[in-house]
Amino acid sequence: MTMDQANPYRTDFGREFRAGLRDIAPAAIAAIPIGLLFGAVAVAKGLSPAEIALMSALVFAGGAQFAAIETWVHPAPIAALAFATFLINVRHVLMGASLSPKIRLSRAQEFFAFYFMTDESWALSERRALDRPVTGAYWAAMAAALYVNWVASTAVGAVLGSFLGDPARLGADFAFTALFIGLIAGFGRSRVTLVTVAVSATVAALVHHFVGAPWHVACGAMAGIAAAYLAAPEGARA
Amino acid sequence: MSVDTTTLLAILAMAAVTYVTRIAGLFVADRLVLTGRAKAAFDAIPPAVLVAVIAPTALTTGWAEAAAAAITAFAAFRLPLLATVAVGVASVVVLRTVI
Repeated sequence: MTMDQANPYRTDFGREFRAGLRDIAPAAIAAIPIGLLFGAVAVAKGLSPAEIALMSALVFAGGAQFAAIETWVHPAPIAALAFATFLINVRHVLMGASLSPKIRLSRAQEFFAFYFMTDESWALSERRALDRPVTGAYWAAMAAALYVNWVASTAVGAVLGSFLGDPARLGADFAFTALFIGLIAGFGRSRVTLVTVAVSATVAALVHHFVGAPWHVACGAMAGIAAAYLAAPEGARA
Repeated sequence: MSVDTTTLLAILAMAAVTYVTRIAGLFVADRLVLTGRAKAAFDAIPPAVLVAVIAPTALTTGWAEAAAAAITAFAAFRLPLLATVAVGVASVVVLRTVI
């Protein structure tokens, strides 16, 4: 940056904003069909398009929203949904702790900016932080693109889904299960992960059968986490 | 465009919990370093939750769903996410007609 530029801040902002848009584009495009699917299945579970758009706008966390809709019953079990949401999103604590010192924002700005934190924008920011500071403009571009994209695609999916009828007819009721299997595979095939998956699946299926929804989520998850703790070598540095 | 009160409360609870997790890191930055078994347990949270959510559908609904889940898992390690979903949906539709 040179001193003779008319407005160097503006130039910097534009360049950083465009870099953010360019980096987030693949993830944003990939999220569109997922968002459409989410809206369509959520409508089939009995939520209205307004409720679905509201959930996407306020929660803005795909994994937690998928889990909530998959186990949705009427009336909504508030405490169980909040607990499952906490379990799925508690990773944000570590993500925020790691990113906070690397992003060029004041504490007050961070309280607003981190509302929009997602796995994708966090991962891209951590990568960018390896060789340059992460600016507010870079973060804002990714946040805005993903947010508008997610709220719009889930809302459109909800409206389209209400015209499609029974999703089981097209196998769409199984789409979440398939999506989750794909996401789980992304965590790899290490011994600890396989033990976690096996224990969580077994306990969740048993609790679902003998106790009922939505407690299978918390019980299965806690059993899987405990199994990972026991299966991991003591004092390992992962 | 209707919004049910209980549903709205559930959404607000989910939103509040999620926001707290997003900003909680600001208070523990540089102090939260997990190692060993604690790290393994923390890293296991996302897959453990995801598996628990789908286990009843995948394992106890019927043979078609269980077989489709196995096919999907096989595809999941070889294909991108959307292709995996397509394989899963296609296999459950086919299996439901033959089983």
